[in-house]
Amino acid sequence: MAPRLKLFLPLVIFVVLAGFLYRGLSLDPMELPSALIDKPLPAFSLTALADGRALTRDDVIGEPALFNVWATWCISCRAEHPYLQRLADTGIPIYGINYKDEDQAARRWLQELGDPYRANIVDREGSLGVDLGVYGAPETYLVDADGVIRYRHVGVIDDRVWRDTLEPLWREVLAMAQEP
Amino acid sequence: MRASLLGVMLLLSAYAAAVIETYEFSTPALEARYQLLSEELRCPKCQNQNIADSNAPISQDLRRLLHQQLEAGASDEEILEFMVARYGEFVRYRPAFNAVTAVLWLAPLLLLLAGVAGLLLILRGRRQGGGSLTADDEAQLAALLKNSEKDA
Amino acid sequence: MIPELGHFALILALCLSVLLCTIPLWGSWQRNVTAMALAPNLAIGVLVFTTLSFACLTWAFLQDDFSVEVVANNSNSLLPWYYKFSAVWGNHEGSLLLWALILALWTCAVAVFSPQLPLVMLSRVLAVMGFVGVGFLAFSLFTSNPFARLLPGIPADGQDLNPLLQDFGLIIHPPLLYMGYVGFSVAFAFAIAALLGGRLDAAWARWSRPWTNVAWAFLTLGIMLGSWWAYYELGWGGWWFWDPVENASFMPWLAGTALVHSLAATEKRGLFKSWTVLLAIFAFSLSLLGTFLVRSGVLTSVHAFATDPARGMFILVFLGIVTGGSLVLYALRAPAVASRVSFTWISRESLLLVNNVVFLVATLTVLFGTLFPLLMDALGQGKYSVGPPYFNAVFIPLMALLVPFMGVGPLSRWKRDSVRRWQAELLVPGLVTLACALTLPLLHTGDYNLWVALAVLFAGWLVVGLLRDLANRVRNSASLGAGLRRLTPSYWGMVIAHVGFAATIIGVVLTSQYTIEHDLKMSPGESDTLAGYEFRFIDVGAVQGPNFVADEARFVVYRDGREVVRLAPQKRRYLASGSVMTEASIDAGLFRDLFVAMGEPVGVDGAWAIRLHYKPFVRWMWAGALLMALGGFMTVADKRYRRQRTVAREGLREGGVRGAQA
Repeated sequence: MAPRLKLFLPLVIFVVLAGFLYRGLSLDPMELPSALIDKPLPAFSLTALADGRALTRDDVIGEPALFNVWATWCISCRAEHPYLQRLADTGIPIYGINYKDEDQAARRWLQELGDPYRANIVDREGSLGVDLGVYGAPETYLVDADGVIRYRHVGVIDDRVWRDTLEPLWREVLAMAQEP
Repeated sequence: MRASLLGVMLLLSAYAAAVIETYEFSTPALEARYQLLSEELRCPKCQNQNIADSNAPISQDLRRLLHQQLEAGASDEEILEFMVARYGEFVRYRPAFNAVTAVLWLAPLLLLLAGVAGLLLILRGRRQGGGSLTADDEAQLAALLKNSEKDA
Repeated sequence: MIPELGHFALILALCLSVLLCTIPLWGSWQRNVTAMALAPNLAIGVLVFTTLSFACLTWAFLQDDFSVEVVANNSNSLLPWYYKFSAVWGNHEGSLLLWALILALWTCAVAVFSPQLPLVMLSRVLAVMGFVGVGFLAFSLFTSNPFARLLPGIPADGQDLNPLLQDFGLIIHPPLLYMGYVGFSVAFAFAIAALLGGRLDAAWARWSRPWTNVAWAFLTLGIMLGSWWAYYELGWGGWWFWDPVENASFMPWLAGTALVHSLAATEKRGLFKSWTVLLAIFAFSLSLLGTFLVRSGVLTSVHAFATDPARGMFILVFLGIVTGGSLVLYALRAPAVASRVSFTWISRESLLLVNNVVFLVATLTVLFGTLFPLLMDALGQGKYSVGPPYFNAVFIPLMALLVPFMGVGPLSRWKRDSVRRWQAELLVPGLVTLACALTLPLLHTGDYNLWVALAVLFAGWLVVGLLRDLANRVRNSASLGAGLRRLTPSYWGMVIAHVGFAATIIGVVLTSQYTIEHDLKMSPGESDTLAGYEFRFIDVGAVQGPNFVADEARFVVYRDGREVVRLAPQKRRYLASGSVMTEASIDAGLFRDLFVAMGEPVGVDGAWAIRLHYKPFVRWMWAGALLMALGGFMTVADKRYRRQRTVAREGLREGGVRGAQA
């Protein structure tokens, strides 16, 4: 290497580094994809909120569905609720995971605000939450017909989130389910 | 990225109240492992905190889980695998050694080897080079020395 | 009105900075003395207006002018005046203004205290610093204006300063840290000026060396204060977390440490010129990178300011211009052929090279570890965390590698030395140190701790090397006093800084190894004993502060039945923000700290979750850092850095604009 040429080495390294830093500006370091993507929905044996009957994994899989982690202590969940209702009204199956909550309060919430859920799994101890890798409510999991988790959204689902990220994935999962 | 100032302030306030919990352990060895592991596991919801220092609800849950699993006789590896399977590699402050992180763990060694190689090259060059100051250097130093003498 | 005045002053400061980075530079090319002589005056002008602007913002804080957005967001009428004052830089906008102010201060200091500098050199140095000033003043004005008003909806009261920042340590930590960060811009400016002039010589090293040492000393103080603050304020007794923001201040320190040593070789021996210039660019670039990391939000940190991609973009572009530009200049103008100064394997030069290799590797390792999550994310490899376990595992061995060489360093000779001489000087004291190191841990009750033995060995090795060299230097003097007086301040500075490093080793290792921590449930009347200290929980009382209410637990600590100290940790609730904070109570001592913090109430019988700590030698760490800083400041008192104005004129005549010599 010519002596002069090697003096360019620091510049080259810096340019590469700057490229990464530029890329970093458009990444969100707090966005954490689920570790369970393309893994089966974890097995559980819990109860239903409405009537206390036993619920297991087999009761809730078989068709594509959304699994929404919520609680009455979660302020954002209240903001999200009306939009979930709208999704449910269009026929999308949504299961609730009532996360570390009081049954009484949860039932009252559903009476007052409406019930968008097919069924609500009572996860009082947060054990299903841990198996799912939930770290806060609300979170929503997209599960396909085979019971495999395809996507997780952390935070409130609103019109923009639905249209930009979830709906395309939802269509994909639906299409897959309709194939023989 | 979109965290508002208020958001950051709130997170910082969460940081301010110390976490002091009083789990009982059957042996001091378990307590020591609890200490180490809770400091190596990252709170998935926080800005940048381990679960030992974080007051977030998820950290409380994970600490309780950690305590349960330790008391149930799980090994460190089993516990870490359990956490990684649910929360991803993100929760490990000590990244596992694998194909991706090999570069991270080997970087210091490689850098050091490169540094030592560079050092040896320079030293060898210097020894063979012999010689003395260039005329330019000598003039410079002479000027400097003259000035310092004036000072003294 | 006052905030508008501040805003206007800031604009004027920017205009003057633009002039500062253009006219003198043009003058230095055209050999126009008038244009060059403008530089010091412009530097003073920038300082005057930046100070005015800063004073206006301070006034807005002290007067509770909540129509100013940053005041409304970061202050409160209940805040004591001194926290209103420090709140000025307890936020992104204000801290940026402090950055600009400190840069103006450094620029002015160079202008005033460098009469010996040839005018060509001086004007270029000031112009480069002016350019950096343009960047930061523009950053402040265009993306983070501290004087933005909240009109018409003026809030009745402010949202309060984050309680964590309501603390003495936080009044002085940022200014000192910035003095260090920004101080490296002087070394940087000298390096660029030298590259522009094509004259990288021993004189250049001599000029920039005192500035670099002072900046390094300030940075040392700043980091030390940050660590100390974390220790007593965050409530769990930790003092270093390897958080990205901490690393952002630590990397320039590591690179700066390499630079300080490399400058020694360049000044004394005319060696490693290209290398030293590169280190100067590197150290300041890391300061800028730190600013980018702290304020752009590309990494998650507990200390981060409110982040904003637009701000990140601005600093990144600025970083690109400053670092990219200077590296282009470096590639084109730095001497490509090593100077033909010779030295052997066994010489002080080699030892300084070892220092440089270790500190450079350490810097790059910390940099790589800090950025690794970002790199992996950008490459689509998923999310990773790199935290204390990694950094401790790689950083500590590197420092351990350094120490054996560092002990020999002070008594080594330039150019040619011999292993036999080193043996003669150090073999016996080394063996004595080894014996001490092996026995001292026995004094501690409990298991024999090999790490502690190693730390004592390392620290002792550094100290005996220094003592041996001191002995050699005073041996031929008439008396000990006369001999010691003959030593130069820069020599004393080196000794003190190295002793400081040794003390830090002791502090870090002994604290880590011997700390005893109890987290337990305690009711008033109960007591717990650790390391022979009995902590008795007396009662809990309510306390009213100026802007908070608190529960206060009262402890009395006994040793051998005698009262040692009374401690009163608090759990505070701040009225304006409602945030809850733990205020630890600490009894500091030379050989141990006693630390009590309170968590939550447990149960109904008045019990609390309590944390008790016994932390031996923790003060040594910060005392060591203080000594390092003191050493850095001391070197500046050396006579050789204070020369007369006459030289400057000579310099102007001979120091013309020469092309690159390579």
